[in-house]
Amino acid sequence: MINKILIANRGEIAARIIRTCKKRGIRTIAIYSEADKDAPHVQLADESACVGKAPVNESYLNSEKILAIAKEFRADAIHPGYGFLSENDTFASLCRDEGFIFIGPKSNVIQKMGDKIEARKAMKAAGVPVVPGTEDAAQTAEEAVQLAGELGYPVMLKASAGGGGIGMQVVHSEEELVKAFENNSKRALSFFGNGAMFLEKKIENARHIEIQILADEHGNVVHLFERECSIQRRNQKVIEEAPSTFISDETRKKMGNAAVQAAKAIGYTNAGTIEFLVDKEENFYFLEMNTRIQVEHPVTEEITGIDIVAAQISIAQGNVLEITQEGVTMSGHSIEARIYAENPDTFFPSPGHISHVTFPRGQHVRNEVAIRSDYDVTPFYDPMIAKLIVKASTREEAIIRLKEALEVYKIEGIKTNIPMLLKVIKHEAFVSGNTTTAFVETYIKK
Amino acid sequence: MEEVKASMAGSVWKIVVQEGDTVEEGQDIVILESMKMEIPIAAEESGVIKELKVAEGDFVNEDDVLATIE
Repeated sequence: MINKILIANRGEIAARIIRTCKKRGIRTIAIYSEADKDAPHVQLADESACVGKAPVNESYLNSEKILAIAKEFRADAIHPGYGFLSENDTFASLCRDEGFIFIGPKSNVIQKMGDKIEARKAMKAAGVPVVPGTEDAAQTAEEAVQLAGELGYPVMLKASAGGGGIGMQVVHSEEELVKAFENNSKRALSFFGNGAMFLEKKIENARHIEIQILADEHGNVVHLFERECSIQRRNQKVIEEAPSTFISDETRKKMGNAAVQAAKAIGYTNAGTIEFLVDKEENFYFLEMNTRIQVEHPVTEEITGIDIVAAQISIAQGNVLEITQEGVTMSGHSIEARIYAENPDTFFPSPGHISHVTFPRGQHVRNEVAIRSDYDVTPFYDPMIAKLIVKASTREEAIIRLKEALEVYKIEGIKTNIPMLLKVIKHEAFVSGNTTTAFVETYIKK
Repeated sequence: MEEVKASMAGSVWKIVVQEGDTVEEGQDIVILESMKMEIPIAAEESGVIKELKVAEGDFVNEDDVLATIE
């Protein structure tokens, strides 16, 4: 039984996890860095402990200290949230070795999916289509040039151990590739400790559509349909929605089945997401698997009525999935907008003091937040400070609801991307559902 | 003399010039790291780096002087 969970995270996701725990009568332990001692997630938790200094290496990435706190406060389980240690297989192993339930998949599965080349191989073996690309990593620019020649330009250059868009670049020529390889390989080495790069054919006018799955420890896997996440800046998602306006019911079914098949093939357990690129003919290709809860999980919760965090906890306790595939249904349309502390034109970070916040309210408006009035947004962590989620019976209504909510949302004292979000959702191409991953650079970025 | 200032709060990730270096307008002087992003701070005028006011790892606030150029 899980009676007490330590949340190895911060920000809105920590607050989100605490909310489900409260509903289920599970006690929570928050951890916080010195920069976060007054953070909302700390106030919401039943107990809390300082995990170290502000820099992530000395706090939210300090597994030893986190485990020491879990022991001291007698946690039963550890929820890693997203980012930080959530996809660190060593941390998952350590948690289990120390006798805690790690709310996530098995370490070997995290490891396999974390290595993009291994993940591609596993998906191919499971019969899931993958983007045409290199089978092995390129260690040098010369190797990359040769491989790119075989694939044909443009190609996507990616860090083998990458994530969050770091070490990733579209390359159109050999000359560009040589330069990009050196830069990105160096960055990947400093960020992930691994400078290996791989190449994929660039899918033109692609959409980013992903499938949420839930898998228990008894071999049952269901999918909770798709999320369309094509609106991105700096290769990070900005607006996500469910369902996708683009794919047909037939494609939806095919993608869902492929995701379930993939999860079964790799022995996946807990909540996970399989990201696909979808081209204009609705061909879909495996991109990567996220072995954790995702930022955009609320849109799926809104259309299916399933609490994904609750499902994660239940699965981690060894329970059989409470739902079957036939029992998963969707209704209405949900859109999430990520609120970033950043300049809306340049997308450069904008930390600082928030003097006052006015949140939008309403029956179909959901706020997931990590801020409040009179609060400092520090430069140490991700610029995402809140998420705004709306639901309506149709996409048109959902867009109107989102627009109204964004118009009353006021975060005073720092710059945020709210003006950019409004520009996106008012744009004719967004309204008509014409949302490819090139949207922001095509229509928004100055 | 021109002062090169931090455009936002963050930590000094890399200093890419040395005192005495001749730099061109638009050339990167310091790379700041803020909110998981690296932000290059460039010289607004050409000249010689007179003094570096920060070291790698230092925390700076918006408008702090990072270097002076003569």
